[in-house]
Amino acid sequence: MTVSVSLTVNGEAVSADVEPRTLLVQMLREELGLTGTHVGCDTSQCGACVVHVDGESVKACTLLAVQAEGADVKTIEGVADGDTLHPMQQAFHENHGLQCGFCTPGMIMSALDLVKNNPDPSEREIREWLEGNLCRCTGYHNIVKSIDAGARAMRG
Amino acid sequence: MTEQGIGAAVARREDRRFVTGQGHYTDDINRRGQTYACFVRSPHAHATLNGVDTAAAGAMPGVRAIFVGEDMAEVGPLICGWAITDVNGEPFRAPPHPALAIGKVNYAGEAVAVVIADTLEQAKDAAAAVEVDYGLLDAVVDPAQATAGGQPQIHEAAPGNLSFEWALGDKAAVDAVFDGAAHVTSLEFANNRLVPNAMEPRACVAEYDAGSGEHTLHIASQNPHVHRLVMSAFHGLAPEHKLRVVAPDVGGGFGSKIFIYAEEVVLTWAASRVRRPIKWTAERSESFLTDAHGRDHVTTAELALDSDGKFLAMRVDTTANMGAYLSTFASAVPTYLYATLLAGQYTTGGIYCNVKAVFTNTVPVDAYRGAGRPEAAYVVERLVEAAAAETGRDPADLRKTNFVPTDAFPYETPVIMQYDCGDFAGSMDQALDLAGYGGFQARKAESKAGGRLRGIGFSSYIEACGVAPSAAAGSLGAGVGLWESANIRFNPTGNVQLFTGCHSHGQGHETAYAQIVADKLGVPYEQVEVIHGDSSKIPFGMGTYGSRSAAVGGSAIVKAADKVIEKGRKIAAHTLEASEDDIEFAGGNFTVKGTDKAMNIAEVAFTAYVPHNYPEGLEPGLDETAFYDPLNFSFPAGTHICEVEVDPETGSVSIERYAAVDDFGVLINPLIVEGQVHGGIGQGVGQAMLEHAVYDGAGQLVSGSYMDYTMPRADDVPSYDVGFNGVPSPLNPLGVKGCGEAGAIAAPAAVMNAVHDALRDVGVGHIEMPATPLRVWQAIQDAAA
Repeated sequence: MTVSVSLTVNGEAVSADVEPRTLLVQMLREELGLTGTHVGCDTSQCGACVVHVDGESVKACTLLAVQAEGADVKTIEGVADGDTLHPMQQAFHENHGLQCGFCTPGMIMSALDLVKNNPDPSEREIREWLEGNLCRCTGYHNIVKSIDAGARAMRG
Repeated sequence: MTEQGIGAAVARREDRRFVTGQGHYTDDINRRGQTYACFVRSPHAHATLNGVDTAAAGAMPGVRAIFVGEDMAEVGPLICGWAITDVNGEPFRAPPHPALAIGKVNYAGEAVAVVIADTLEQAKDAAAAVEVDYGLLDAVVDPAQATAGGQPQIHEAAPGNLSFEWALGDKAAVDAVFDGAAHVTSLEFANNRLVPNAMEPRACVAEYDAGSGEHTLHIASQNPHVHRLVMSAFHGLAPEHKLRVVAPDVGGGFGSKIFIYAEEVVLTWAASRVRRPIKWTAERSESFLTDAHGRDHVTTAELALDSDGKFLAMRVDTTANMGAYLSTFASAVPTYLYATLLAGQYTTGGIYCNVKAVFTNTVPVDAYRGAGRPEAAYVVERLVEAAAAETGRDPADLRKTNFVPTDAFPYETPVIMQYDCGDFAGSMDQALDLAGYGGFQARKAESKAGGRLRGIGFSSYIEACGVAPSAAAGSLGAGVGLWESANIRFNPTGNVQLFTGCHSHGQGHETAYAQIVADKLGVPYEQVEVIHGDSSKIPFGMGTYGSRSAAVGGSAIVKAADKVIEKGRKIAAHTLEASEDDIEFAGGNFTVKGTDKAMNIAEVAFTAYVPHNYPEGLEPGLDETAFYDPLNFSFPAGTHICEVEVDPETGSVSIERYAAVDDFGVLINPLIVEGQVHGGIGQGVGQAMLEHAVYDGAGQLVSGSYMDYTMPRADDVPSYDVGFNGVPSPLNPLGVKGCGEAGAIAAPAAVMNAVHDALRDVGVGHIEMPATPLRVWQAIQDAAA
């Protein structure tokens, strides 16, 4: 049995027929080919799959695709403006805020939600906000630095 | 230094695809007609396998095949590629490890069968319907007890659950020194078992082309050619020329993606049976149960000192848990990557180390970031710190008293290593400054006034990197050579492709290697493309681990660049009508000495491909390959200083300061190097304070998910103060030493020495890793009782 799910992803209306047990992250990756959203665990701990649903950061493994019916979803593929990186993406690049890159999309999506609510976060606030995002490569040092720099760039 | 040459902090070119979600990891690959594999895994740690009933599962929708161990009898078992000779002169016991279990299972998570179905859901549903008849056996879990009488026997071929007993050093001579020593420091401790936890789970997609007979394996691997070699030579899955192994973007490795695992062997074999591409991606729970774990030593260590504090001798006895089978390089980790580093940075006179490698009913243990060297650094640096406390000496001064002096290089240690160069005291002094050591007592007093305990800990580590000189490795048991290759290919229009046998899974080779090529050949950085990870494109390669990519892979690039310049000189001499000896090469230009007659290397490349006016007898084309075998290991070293504050009410430990000064020789890209140091420290802090793979008495992994296994999170770790004191290595053309593992090697001892220092004031003598709040609080209570 499949159900039809229609939603907006990165500004485009999309729909797919999925099994009811399909997670949002599976639909994004397998049905829509948006493989920038990653799966790093099976307990909703790692945050590699963070996307924005109606403007809020959400782990896409915690939501069934059918729960996203009608929602406005943004993934890492929708963050840059054409070839121009978003200031947060640029900050990760300039501050070496990534190594293997696997956690990076989730980190950036999480960071954008932080800065939306707290445009000038302290180091402690950044570290605490990242509680739901695991990185094994960077020791977090440059991720924190990147988010700080990204927030500054977004404040203008 | 040019703007984007060696030494420049160039922001990485690979970032763009990763920050925009355009990376290509193995699980992102999908093939037409692709099927999915789901493995049936033993829920028991130790059991006979009496039968596997696949009838019901085989009839379920979408199922194409189910295979069990006996079906794969023609496929060779998984191997251990580093032979160790036992103290009794016999070879080590390396019992067979079939890719799918036959007759018996030896750890919880071991693969018993594989289901291949059209969708992942169908494969999972059918795997749940496979009925396995297990005959339960008692499990061997505690490595310290594994060889004791009365323990269950895991492998017939390894009596007493012993793989090997191995020793290094002159025991009688060392014992004699201990007998006459003014002071002996003794410690007993475990080096806690860890799970590597690269954020990208292991994955593979296997394909078979019946028309050409070619197998293609896309896999999250640190060394695709090593995968191809082993799968061809030992598993007999396909001849090397019919097996293509592609490791695309790989989301971290830390050692865990070096090894040849059951899953890729099964998928490669099965793809030619079902004649469909097959995909498998580990769920994180499977990663915990199947990725080779790290560390897991139980050690007794002693240091003998004279009355002036000079280190006279060291005696170490270690039991190393190998898990249920010997993984690909498992036997090298607690032997040649461990005991050979026990001299540390010191002039210790004699060293004796005995290692028992034992089997238990747990996941196989193999190299994890640092691999043997973190265990060695922990032994040495915990002993030194304890000796300083016991003899009332300043821990920095005691180290300086014993450092190998700067003028003593090359320095032969008592444990078969020859250190090439270093400045141990200089790094210590720089680290003391960076850590603000002078102000520590004031900060400690301030903490005390607030009811908190403050401690400081040192770790003056050394490691052997640049793995490895092939002849030396071979004489010690390695089954492979450990050189590296590089192919520099100019295109007629002047841009360059570099093909390297190393593999980047976060290290930034696409940037750093392009910097080397740009620097050596004077080609614009933007015009250099770095290609890695595909056995059909790269001449051959041994991959990336053991901090080898700069020292070995980078040196191969320099050698290939030298060949390009050599050929270019001939072409330029001919074109410029000069003698070869009169041609100088600098900044991308071949110039006739003393004149302004010059030819750019791009023009030379064009001439090489359009050889209308060309030296007689010279081959067209500008495409040079070099293989580089290092002369020795390289020896990165440094001092890390950690300062912690302990809340005695809760036992929680917070890292207040962390300073690291490392000697990595020449830095190719300081931005990347700093990132490597940060990441290593993060993992070392994780080992010291948070991480532990815990088994219960039945052999069940209790900390088998991110709900239970404490991964370091952003608010568990501090910002790090990182400095460098580079002494260029004289042994490779770049003067580099390797930086990938230093943090993970240094940090556990630095953190734990700081924790011990803080707790000394309340009478606590010993704490094991990880120093969790519960452990610390309990130790404080016990000391007060």
